[in-house]
Amino acid sequence: MTAEATEPDFDVIVVGAGPAGSVTAYLLAQQGHSVVLIERGEAPGAKNLSGGVLYGRVLDEVFPGFAEEAPVERRITRHVTTFLTGDSSVSVDYAGRPLAEPVNAVTVLRAKFDAWLAERAEEAGVFLMPGVRVDELLREEGPAGPQVVGVRAGDDELRARVVVAADGVNSFLARSAGLRSKPPEHHLAVGVKAVISLPRTVIEDRFAVTGDEGAAHAIVGDCTLGIGGGGFLYTNTDSLSVGVVLRLDDLLKHGRTAAEVFDHYLAHPVLAPYLRGGEMVEYGSHLVAEGGLEMLGSVVTGGMVVVGEAAGLTINSGLTVRGMDLAIGSAVAAARGIGEAIAADDVTATGLSAYRRHLDDSFVVKDLRTYERAPSFLERDRMYGAYGELAAGIFHDVFAMDGTPRKHLVTVAREAFKRSPLRLRDVISDGWAGVRAL
Amino acid sequence: MGGGACTVTSDVTTTSVPERLAKNRFVLDEEESHIEIDQEVCRATGTAARIIAVCPAGVYSEQDGQVVADYAACLECGTCLAVAAPGALRWRYPRGGFGVSFREG
Repeated sequence: MTAEATEPDFDVIVVGAGPAGSVTAYLLAQQGHSVVLIERGEAPGAKNLSGGVLYGRVLDEVFPGFAEEAPVERRITRHVTTFLTGDSSVSVDYAGRPLAEPVNAVTVLRAKFDAWLAERAEEAGVFLMPGVRVDELLREEGPAGPQVVGVRAGDDELRARVVVAADGVNSFLARSAGLRSKPPEHHLAVGVKAVISLPRTVIEDRFAVTGDEGAAHAIVGDCTLGIGGGGFLYTNTDSLSVGVVLRLDDLLKHGRTAAEVFDHYLAHPVLAPYLRGGEMVEYGSHLVAEGGLEMLGSVVTGGMVVVGEAAGLTINSGLTVRGMDLAIGSAVAAARGIGEAIAADDVTATGLSAYRRHLDDSFVVKDLRTYERAPSFLERDRMYGAYGELAAGIFHDVFAMDGTPRKHLVTVAREAFKRSPLRLRDVISDGWAGVRAL
Repeated sequence: MGGGACTVTSDVTTTSVPERLAKNRFVLDEEESHIEIDQEVCRATGTAARIIAVCPAGVYSEQDGQVVADYAACLECGTCLAVAAPGALRWRYPRGGFGVSFREG
């Protein structure tokens, strides 16, 4: 084999044009590297789906003022958290104008938004290859051990100094490189989502928002039939993103199907009025790896790094589920680390470990550490049934003027508590665990 | 909602999964399925019931004691693979450009 035969075609191959892949590719091209971005969908975004809230601060650092330019749907200024029982709901409604500026959270529809991100990468000189599925990694034995040297897609082989696996939650590339094993079911959830179109004025009236402002509802309890997880309801410009996230171990334990829980959620009397008259325009699903820090696999091997969900970067803190901002944070760290490794002419695992150091120093791993205990806390069953019942019971007794003499709130609460299956030591245990986890 | 007004258009809450999927854009790969099932491993490990339960698209069903996959309806989330016993399912992404193509996402 001649030297020419193994000459890399590109400095970097990025597999997957989601936020992690496109931002990594963009930043590396900006550093002057030759980058190819391979995407299996017919266009970037075609295979990508999320609940829809992007916490935008980190993206604003990469693309200042992106919320003005990019196809984002609405700026979230209203966060509503609801405990649901079969016939009641108790909500905490936080509406804050300061959340609009600087941009905090925006809703996005990925087919549009991810296409915009990939266009920015192309503008910076990235070569985009859509409609191509990467079948496997090319590996060779190097002086420092096994080294990833490229990818194979069908009959074509492409070689690069570094391969970036940004191929999503199922990351077959990270698995084939031995960087991730199959995660346990209690760390996995399935997200089921529909996009329901409604006139924008109807959305603004129903959700009490104006202009480009929007609302994000997080719902727990009866919406998932008591299965661990929750529901969401987000406003887009002229549609709603509505869905459930169901922990797989609990879904299987309850003997329900994902589709039937989703049906139950859509038809719930508390939710249905928001959806009334809307037309479902798309139905999708996405696997969610919720394990937090515990799921963060090894992100570096010789010639390859793993970013975004492919690395297991997701945080579920109960009230917010985050993936896209962590993906972008990992992309920033990866582009820096890869740039340094190439500059030092060391793309072995040792050279590329610069990425891991930048990742550890970033908000990504810091936040994963903060919420390290959240996954096991959220596995407590009481979160999904008994607490909603208790809250609904208290408020029922406060507001129901049924002719019985009124009682002080403390008494009402104590009586509702006695009726509920909760025991004091559970509440103390959950409260303490919650404070520590969240 | 009790007493909701009777509407002529189909209510979002009453559509079936196939009706919902019909709204999506799919590019069908007529030459090859991206899902292969090992019936024996599936049976021996109880995988059938699990993949039928978790798949939001209803891709899997049992017909005459066999698990069949309607791969054309697959949303490509990979949840089935996550709950399948090792060896029960060979699931990969469809070939480039084929499969579901989200317009919203």
